[in-house]
Amino acid sequence: MIKSNSNRFSILIYIFIIIWVFLASFPFFWTFWGSFKVELDFFSISNWYNAVTGKNTLDTYNSQFTGAGYEGAWVQEEFWKSFVNSAIVCFFVVLTSLTIGTLGAYALSRSNYKYTFWLLITALIFRAMPPITLVAGYLPPFFDWNIWGILPTTIIVLVSINQPFTLWMLHSFFQNIPKELDESAKVDGCSQFQAFRHVIIPVMWPGVITTGLFSFLLAYNDFAVTAMLLSDENRTMIPKIAAFLGTTYTEGNIMFAVAAVVSATVPLFILVMFFQKKIVSGLTQGAVKG
Amino acid sequence: MLIFIFLPIISVVLQSVHTPHENILITVENCDPFGCKKVTSIDHEATKNLNQSEPLGKFVGLDIYFDRGHLAIEKLKLIWKNSENIFSFIQSLSDLPFYKAVFFTLTFTFTVTPIMLLLGLLIALGVNSINKRLRGIVIFFSLLPMIVTPLIGSIILFWMIDSRGIIGNLIQWLFDDPNLSLKASTTLTWIMLIVYGVWHAIPFSFIVFYAGLQTVPKDQLESAKIDGANKFEEVIYIIIPHLMPLITFVTLMQLMDNFRVFEPIVGFSAEAHATSLSWIIFNDLGGETRQLSAAATSSILTIIGVIILLSPVLLRTWRDFKFKK
Repeated sequence: MIKSNSNRFSILIYIFIIIWVFLASFPFFWTFWGSFKVELDFFSISNWYNAVTGKNTLDTYNSQFTGAGYEGAWVQEEFWKSFVNSAIVCFFVVLTSLTIGTLGAYALSRSNYKYTFWLLITALIFRAMPPITLVAGYLPPFFDWNIWGILPTTIIVLVSINQPFTLWMLHSFFQNIPKELDESAKVDGCSQFQAFRHVIIPVMWPGVITTGLFSFLLAYNDFAVTAMLLSDENRTMIPKIAAFLGTTYTEGNIMFAVAAVVSATVPLFILVMFFQKKIVSGLTQGAVKG
Repeated sequence: MLIFIFLPIISVVLQSVHTPHENILITVENCDPFGCKKVTSIDHEATKNLNQSEPLGKFVGLDIYFDRGHLAIEKLKLIWKNSENIFSFIQSLSDLPFYKAVFFTLTFTFTVTPIMLLLGLLIALGVNSINKRLRGIVIFFSLLPMIVTPLIGSIILFWMIDSRGIIGNLIQWLFDDPNLSLKASTTLTWIMLIVYGVWHAIPFSFIVFYAGLQTVPKDQLESAKIDGANKFEEVIYIIIPHLMPLITFVTLMQLMDNFRVFEPIVGFSAEAHATSLSWIIFNDLGGETRQLSAAATSSILTIIGVIILLSPVLLRTWRDFKFKK
């Protein structure tokens, strides 16, 4: 009697989990599948089943799948430019914030003064403040110096918004590396820098990669800052997609936007696939320590 | 770093108390063979000079804070006088753009946070009790709604909810009403945004709680079992108290994240029915006019809101810190 009861309970749990996995992933598969169809199928008035079988796509292109949306987005609407811009922005944001972050956090973690509290507070406040509140402050000087709309400006802004968080994360990571490690290196005759170079750098990669992932996500996902600070031709992917929404509805080329959305999601998908463990540990690290 | 963080804040504060100069008008009498006419035109020279001498614009003090677009003190008094009870007061208050945004932001924050805490905990408990091999896959799919760009996630859902999309179709079929559209009604739009918010936020609480569940001491669970506790009692009396610090942490993070809700409104094109504080700033900044001072004022008000929201936590951390010393 007890056994069948607990069996039933675990079946319930499985059903619940399956429902959640379905809810979490179905929209992505649906949109991915639909992005190879024509608009009449993806937004089907007559029968939703058309989106699965691609009836109208078959009529138009003699095949159930078509890359027309992708071609339109990447070639005609020059989505590749945004893709390149996104790549540049993400690369440099991650690079700069990690360089400053590792050096700064290492110094902080080895200093005796209690910076921790203030660091935490700044990181917290910046996490809480909508980045857009700062943008209003950036705009007038950027207009004055004529550096509005170009990529380097945006990179600097994103790095500085992200920096407190990066510092905080790396700081708690460096504190886990025992002080004895670099002290023993110093005893062996290393200078402070040599100790960092030869002893700390080889063991710091896990934490650096985790932090890098989060800076990447911030730079990649940002909409408010990039939309405000970049001129039209320098747009990264996310503001570009937002701009698509305005223009494509009128032109009836909504499939371009669908294709662009799928293209922008794929890198994230791959990222999660390879770095799942790192992302999870990064998310929980802050929780357990904070 | 300091330059890029504190200067903008100062600049925002400065901007919020200034307003752009009005154009200086001059009246010139133009005489031609058919008579004389008085023409009023903009004195570009003088306007330019004025703008150069005081680039920030006219100093107006707190006027912008009190104008119709923001705190609307005058209107507020009027409404207060005219409304009979508190409900009609709130009703007419929500016609003012700033208060409308505040209402939505607060509603969003305080509905999404508890729902996602509860569901995240349930999913974490569920995943914790299923087969170990399956867990990796479940976690992979669970991460997706959170990792994906908020704007993209909301656009994807928006397309499905569209009356020609699959969820839209399903809902029409369920309610047997072919003209039902989620976008048309304010209540439904709010519900849609909240559902999206929950969907987006669950993974975070799930992952954190799941990690917390791994550290629940086994012997406590066993002794509870011996004492005759069932699964439900185990959760209430052992697991939840153990997770309490994590619950506080997640709540705090989510309060902050939900307070700055912005992308879903753009993604769902819901600005006609729901606006948030961040959206107001974005709207002022964008477009042809770039109303910097209006945006700056909203920014300051938002920052004040964030500080109020966080003040209990900040105080507690400060006390903990002092205590540790």
